Amino acid sequence: MDIPYTEEVRPDTGLTNGKIAIWLFLASEVMLFGALFASYILIRTGAESWPRGDTMLDVPLATFNTIVLITSSITMVMAWASLMRGRFGTFRIYMAATILLGFVFLTVKYFEYSHHLSLGEFPSTNNFLAVYYTMTGLHMLHVLGGMAVNAYFWGPGAKLWKTNPVWFTNRVEHSGLFWHFVDLVWIFLFPTLYLL
Amino acid sequence: MTSDHAAASMTSDHAADIDRHVRVYIIVFVALMVLTVVTVAVSYLDLSVPMAVTVALFIATVKGSLVACYFMHLISEKKLIHAVLLLTAAFFVALVLLPVLTVSDGFGIDG
Repeated sequence: MDIPYTEEVRPDTGLTNGKIAIWLFLASEVMLFGALFASYILIRTGAESWPRGDTMLDVPLATFNTIVLITSSITMVMAWASLMRGRFGTFRIYMAATILLGFVFLTVKYFEYSHHLSLGEFPSTNNFLAVYYTMTGLHMLHVLGGMAVNAYFWGPGAKLWKTNPVWFTNRVEHSGLFWHFVDLVWIFLFPTLYLL
Repeated sequence: MTSDHAAASMTSDHAADIDRHVRVYIIVFVALMVLTVVTVAVSYLDLSVPMAVTVALFIATVKGSLVACYFMHLISEKKLIHAVLLLTAAFFVALVLLPVLTVSDGFGIDG
């Protein structure tokens, strides 16, 4: 049985099923990260002293990663816009750039983590590092998940373009919504962890 | 432009529409880059902690809104999505505020 309302919108909601599904999923993600942000506020306001992020973490490296992730957001939306224009070749280039930028983000994060670990700074060392590793670690998993889905649409999943371009375009848009959400979370993580 | 318009948008009639959207994406991208630089620059100012937190969160909210409104197409999204997000926002505020209020609550504590 085919999944209903993948191309045409449901008359009652005015939306495709995939669109509603991804937004409901993102709503649950807001609550997931919200719980962590709430814990962070609670731990920080309850602490007798708390280090400024820039005394513990590498701000230039995180600024670079912020630029990388924002750039990946525009390449993602351009990948979708390319499909809307019917340009599959351009879609592939933009999608590859998005995946590559995700890889750059993770590579920078790897060096950041390695540096801290080499200094003996573990999640168990203090509450600041526990919060830092937990929040950036969960965010990194999301980057990894987004990259996996995008890689699927760049590769084997792209076969759908030949048989059902509208559905494929919708799927890429939904994948993009997740990717932009990951960018959005980082936009809040960056100042709250690294700068304040 | 949302996916719900996708079925109707594969025609050349909408090519100009997409071009217009792409121009908006580029403007938003430049704004996000500028705001990132501003975020870092402000952190070097000698602001008090409450002021630094307020400014940093204000800029982050502006950046987040730009991403949500334009890259995630919320500005042209259907009411149902807005309703879902409104409900999410209400629960999010409760989630963040309740623990903080619990800590600051002195009710029942002697002295």
